[in-house]
Amino acid sequence: MLTDEVGQGGTPAVGPGNSTGHRGGASQNLVQLITPQGERVSHPEYDPWVRDISDEQLGSLYEDMVVIRRIDAEATALQRQGELALWPPLLGQEAAQIGSARTLRDDDFVFPSYRDNGVAYCRGVRPEDLVRAWRGNASAGWDPFTVNVATQQIIIGAQSLHATGYAMGIQNDGADCVAVAYFGDGATSEGDVNEAMVFAASFQAPVVFFCQNNHWAISEPVRLQSHIHLADRASGFGIPSIRVDGNDVLAVMAATRIALDRARRGGGPTFIEAVTYRMGPHTTADDPTRYRDANELEDWAAKDPISRVKSLLDRKGLLTADLEAAVAAKADAVAKELRAGTINMPEPEPLDIFKHVYSTPNSWLDRQQDHYSRYLASFGDPAGANSEEGAR
Amino acid sequence: MTQMTFARAINSGLRKSLENDPKVVLMGEDIGTLGGVFRVTDGLQKDFGKHRVVDTPLAEAGIMGTAVGLAYRGYRPVVEIQFDGFIYPAFDQIVSQVAKMHYRTQGAVKMPITVRVPFGGGIGSPEHHSESPEAYFTHTSGLRVVSPSSPQDAYTMIQQAISCDDPVLYFEPKRRYHDKGDVDETLEPGSALPLGNARVITDGRDVTLVAYGPLVKTARDAAIAAADEGVSIEVIDLRSLAPVDYAALEASVRKTGRLVITHEAGQSGGLGAELAASITERCFYYLETAPVRVTGFDVPYPYSKLEMHHLPSLDRILDGVDRALGRPNSLSGLEG
Repeated sequence: MLTDEVGQGGTPAVGPGNSTGHRGGASQNLVQLITPQGERVSHPEYDPWVRDISDEQLGSLYEDMVVIRRIDAEATALQRQGELALWPPLLGQEAAQIGSARTLRDDDFVFPSYRDNGVAYCRGVRPEDLVRAWRGNASAGWDPFTVNVATQQIIIGAQSLHATGYAMGIQNDGADCVAVAYFGDGATSEGDVNEAMVFAASFQAPVVFFCQNNHWAISEPVRLQSHIHLADRASGFGIPSIRVDGNDVLAVMAATRIALDRARRGGGPTFIEAVTYRMGPHTTADDPTRYRDANELEDWAAKDPISRVKSLLDRKGLLTADLEAAVAAKADAVAKELRAGTINMPEPEPLDIFKHVYSTPNSWLDRQQDHYSRYLASFGDPAGANSEEGAR
Repeated sequence: MTQMTFARAINSGLRKSLENDPKVVLMGEDIGTLGGVFRVTDGLQKDFGKHRVVDTPLAEAGIMGTAVGLAYRGYRPVVEIQFDGFIYPAFDQIVSQVAKMHYRTQGAVKMPITVRVPFGGGIGSPEHHSESPEAYFTHTSGLRVVSPSSPQDAYTMIQQAISCDDPVLYFEPKRRYHDKGDVDETLEPGSALPLGNARVITDGRDVTLVAYGPLVKTARDAAIAAADEGVSIEVIDLRSLAPVDYAALEASVRKTGRLVITHEAGQSGGLGAELAASITERCFYYLETAPVRVTGFDVPYPYSKLEMHHLPSLDRILDGVDRALGRPNSLSGLEG
């Protein structure tokens, strides 16, 4: 059991867990299948949902988590080296993202926040596409329909409504896929997330609200956002919820599978609170030492999602030198690809600024484009046209 | 041709769109069993079902944001915002999501969303029920903003808006809902005047008078009244507020040399300011005098006993025409 069983507002957790939240309302125990020490603990309700995870698959989950941590480190380094304008690290949230994203089907559709790079990685987004927007070369890195992932959402919580609307469309189509909204604890204070839950409950839409409670919304602690467990908010909307140890990849998988299964069978939405911790800054632009206690970070470092699964593999005798080497090689290769893809990313053309504002031509904009292209041409020298100082 | 009210013409256009495209979905508060507070969607849920005509919870951001998700899924949502003053809770979803999604995704994701907004004053409503928020949206790149002024245009333009791959804000002049007019329901939207085009309502040689939505009727009445005094006004129904059909305005101003713009919205930063500046840039040497604006005041929309002072009336418009013509007017003798 994690140590934060005291409610976020200092309210002690009450009563026995109602972990799948079928009745909702009660403060829920944290679902955990792997202890921070890497011990596999049994849970009658959740074990069946991950019984099929073989040793090999466990190794693969470990690999994914190591790889996305490496992507994160590499992107942070690229930012420090001036290659990216900004980067939002996910350090510490690897189990929440891998555990949930690896349970999705290809035809499910994900609506992520800007921090869900691990989720995007699982869906097949290329490493350089993860940083395209942060480098400033595009507003978004990928075509949503090639990977069934909407582009990274910057407005907090806005995507929860998009997921819900998409799920209403799934419902109309009679399909059994699911829309998944990823957002953080801060987003639960936003109107959009609350309205999304109203709509999802009213229409019983096949949507999963996957909230990564990483405890901090930039500098604001979760206790400023909520005096109850975030998962408990869902019952007020009539939405069943699960409060899961977000640093436990197997528990996250089980919880997500329960939610997806419910949605596919017409059971409507589920709210998952994955209790985790953002070990780094909100983005490379802030300094967490100004707003949080070093002891807190230390406490959470002891619950690290990667060392936890690594210990489990070790206990099972699966942490072989071969596995370690293969995982390290994969992480190196992806990091190398990310770096090369970033540095060699083609620069956008000046007139690209006018592209795709509308799907059909717009005489207003065409005129502005025409005028600006004449202005650029007046320099004669294309390099001069790109210079902020200009040629005069 | 069928005689029908403005509201009925929109209803008929919505019905056509629902019939022609199974991906068209109507969403909004009270639009189903009630048929909308103005009955614009009357009978549509009964005929097309609850999944095509969706009564939503009372949450404007929710309506708009779920429409974004439906568009992602290949639907063409037609959203009703019950009243102009209720659009603000949905503002973020409109300007940050709907307007920018196509640009953000470099054309991969289209947002063929139509936002129906009953707007404008003159019906004696309380606060938040008579506003003209169009400039917020004409200022936002990626949105198209239109306003029909006649039952025929209401009928065709709603269908054109729905079939447009760009998001369209469709501002319905609510004080004209009960006005009747001829509607040719056999007119195919593709062969009608395109959505982005302005229309000359009355030809004239002395002054170009630009109006849209609820004030087109007032402007036409003003032109008729002016004709009695020997002044020939060319009334242009803008129809598309973004993008603006500048070619039509330029052609008219080059002919008349004088420009008067009227709208219900307040003056500062309003669409009239943009039209005046743009036409001045484009037609400076054709203009005999500075463009004139006859608009609502820069005040919150007033309580209904005063709204007739706020709304540009026939006489206020004619006073503006007199200013453009240099004839005696209410501001005569005032410097600057």
